[in-house]
Amino acid sequence: MAKANSKNGPLVLHAAPKADDPVRKHRTLWQDAMRRFMHNRLAVFGLAIVVIFLFLAVFADLLAPYPYDKADITRPPRMLPFVDMAHPLGTDEIGRDYLSRLIFGARTSMTVGLAIQSVALLIGIPLGGLAGYLGGKFDFLVSRLIEIMTAFPGLIFSILVVTLFGGGMWNVIFALSITSWIGIARLVRGQVLSLREKEYVEAARSLGATQRSIIFKHLMPNSLSPLLVAVSFGIPGAIFGEAGLSFLGIGINDPIPSWGKMVGVAGNYWTTWHLAFFPTLAIALSMLGFSFVGDGLRDALDPKLIE
Amino acid sequence: MTRYVLSRLFSLIFVLIAVSMITFSLMSAVPGGPFDESKQPLPPAAKANILRKYGLDQPVWKQYLNYMSHAVRFDFGIPYQQPTTTVAALIRSTWGVTAQVGVMTILLAFSVGLTLGIVAAYRQNSWVDTFVTFFAMLGITMPSFVIGTFAILLFGVYLKWFPLGGWGDTGCLVGSVFCRDWILPVVAYALAPMSIVARYTRASVLDVIRSDHVRTARAKGLGEYTLMTRHVLRNALIPLITIALPIIPDLMTGSIFIESIFRIPGLGKYFVTSTFNRDYPMIMATVLLIAFLWSLVYLITDILYTWVDPRIKLGAEGSH
Repeated sequence: MAKANSKNGPLVLHAAPKADDPVRKHRTLWQDAMRRFMHNRLAVFGLAIVVIFLFLAVFADLLAPYPYDKADITRPPRMLPFVDMAHPLGTDEIGRDYLSRLIFGARTSMTVGLAIQSVALLIGIPLGGLAGYLGGKFDFLVSRLIEIMTAFPGLIFSILVVTLFGGGMWNVIFALSITSWIGIARLVRGQVLSLREKEYVEAARSLGATQRSIIFKHLMPNSLSPLLVAVSFGIPGAIFGEAGLSFLGIGINDPIPSWGKMVGVAGNYWTTWHLAFFPTLAIALSMLGFSFVGDGLRDALDPKLIE
Repeated sequence: MTRYVLSRLFSLIFVLIAVSMITFSLMSAVPGGPFDESKQPLPPAAKANILRKYGLDQPVWKQYLNYMSHAVRFDFGIPYQQPTTTVAALIRSTWGVTAQVGVMTILLAFSVGLTLGIVAAYRQNSWVDTFVTFFAMLGITMPSFVIGTFAILLFGVYLKWFPLGGWGDTGCLVGSVFCRDWILPVVAYALAPMSIVARYTRASVLDVIRSDHVRTARAKGLGEYTLMTRHVLRNALIPLITIALPIIPDLMTGSIFIESIFRIPGLGKYFVTSTFNRDYPMIMATVLLIAFLWSLVYLITDILYTWVDPRIKLGAEGSH
């Protein structure tokens, strides 16, 4: 945004008093946000959880003591945790090391969460942005599409897609992506609608800035912080979606581990409590972590909240 | 106003048609069908007969028009999995269970949520407030099946207070006025909406408590009780409508996860089996029912909102 002004606007814009200088204001917003985020204990706690899970996901091959699909046939299956140190968190219903499966489960969850949000951004930003900016017929079409997709029971829709097309990581991502972009598109559209009437955009337009530079240098950067918040809340939503589908037995296929699937299977073996407990804990922690980060970002990025 | 409601009703019909078209074409676009050889080995003549009986030998658009022409007359066909009954009857019986869970959940969630929210706001920054805020945050973040799993592990497996699942099977009082196996699923299901209600009630009450007219009322010497009921609550509950009403169709159509984890024979659980069996009429009817309920409640929410708060005008820009 700062650069944009120096490129598109004449120097007059910069002759304003220092306090109103867009360059300084912009930078301090992000620095301020960072400082406030780091002072928020819950947000930092959430960030720590997120970083740990991402670390587990990336280095699962190195960290897991066993491969996720190897059953230990020398011991009985469904071994309880903390009994035999060869399998610190016990084994699952066919004797696979539970700790390893939990670690690889992090990879499934993180991949699905990040992939779905990426698709949501890739579809939602251009669609919502163009609808808000162009208006007219295109906006009408996009708005109707959003309206229809909102009325669509999202979970039921993804269950339908996954049962029809079959399970597996990519189909799960596809099924959950179909509805994931709606929120982003609506948000971006609203942002653009309100921002394009702002004085500085009008000024840029009257100074002959092209549509492209208005979109990319004025509208986009200013919609960034609500987008960031939406994405950080969208990731736990996507993780929940995958866990939910797998929990019902239609998501990720065996032998790939998924926390949701582990909870679903555990429902047949309540007495060996660790089968349900650990994956549920992992889901709960990852959702909490991302939500704390989202809450922290929202509070940190809202300039109206500055005390 | 009338014009706005009419246009919204029109768009509701449009949405339902779009939803039905998308679902129908999605179901038919994927190879295979409800009477696949892998599930039911049949001689070709018999299979052709079955397909003809259900009209599945016709082109997709004809099947769709056929379905819709019956559906508008509230004839939703015959479920492939249970040809002896009708889709409407099957939905009525499974939805009955789901609605029972839903009503109890709504009652629990709203009564406790409102109380917690009001108390937390009134005693802001006390331990009650901290507890409610923390509890609400947990309830909103945790998926229902996570709460359900922990509840079963703690109260079912470890403490053995409640059965692990089922609906109306164990610990029922005479005449099934109350069953012990209702408690865990309803509580587990209610925590999330309860948290939402509590959090928004708290924020909304706090907003009103700080407003000028409450300060004036207090200054003129009004008692705390009258102040709370007459001035604070009445205004604080208005914004809650937009939050609270959309929760209701959600709860009334049930949670697939709660029904699955507690083995409740409700609509959601049945929907999953329907998709497995590619029971087209059941899938269509369930999707349409849920889409209809949601759209309708959003419309009612918008209308109610203007009715209680005359400052809002319908049909104006950004009403959706």
